[in-house]
Amino acid sequence: MPSERKLRIKTLVMVFALVICANIGDLTLKRGMTEIGAVDLSAAGLAHSLWLSMTNAKIWIGIFFLVGFMASYMTVLSWADYSYVMPVGAFGYAMLTFFAVVVLHEHVSTRRWIGVLVVCFGVLLVGMTKPRTTDAETLDKAA
Amino acid sequence: MTATIILLALLICGSTGGEISIAHGMKTIDEPSLRPQALLRFLGRALRSGSLWIGIGLMAVSFYSLLVLLSWHPVSFVIPASALSNVVGTLGAKYILHEQISRARWAGVLLVCGGVALVAGG
Repeated sequence: MPSERKLRIKTLVMVFALVICANIGDLTLKRGMTEIGAVDLSAAGLAHSLWLSMTNAKIWIGIFFLVGFMASYMTVLSWADYSYVMPVGAFGYAMLTFFAVVVLHEHVSTRRWIGVLVVCFGVLLVGMTKPRTTDAETLDKAA
Repeated sequence: MTATIILLALLICGSTGGEISIAHGMKTIDEPSLRPQALLRFLGRALRSGSLWIGIGLMAVSFYSLLVLLSWHPVSFVIPASALSNVVGTLGAKYILHEQISRARWAGVLLVCGGVALVAGG
């Protein structure tokens, strides 16, 4: 397989992993915080909600996925351009809207669907560009 | 109004500055293969990178600005405004990380910005 194509596939796999981890992490945290209830901003309220969140399994699952997101993000940035990963990662907005409809049965407005289509088209355009445009020499210049 | 603009600037510059710092730090470490052992070794080396911790600090500033902005304004204002970070991030990638930004990539970034604003405002 040509190295350019291999690099693109490797990058897109990692971006897909980070988007999935971020979305599952956010959704699980949201479910955990809903179980805990609205946080009271007094010192005692904050301490109580901190204790409840430390003992809630969904919060820990959410944190686990967000750690997975950070690890995938750091890994992909070791070889791919930041200007490639950042917009392609916006595919998460489209996936989150899809999850909202399929899993949470939320109503999504036409305007939001148009936004999702525009994001997907933008991601497609960026996805077709080279994932890496820098080499060791340019990195030395940046240091 | 002035406080909102300052916090928006902190939100956008903090998040893009943080991500650029992390991107710079990660590129100074050898690219890992996708095997679990190689990935763990890579993450161990990454945790010793100063750029990573500077990046995390900047992202914490950005996150705190986001929380304050969300307590003052609706999400439909804050998230579309923060979509500008895509443009600022691309400029940072070009001038700080010296990445080559083709016209197709710029067009994609602008579409993503507009799309995020529509999704968040919808």
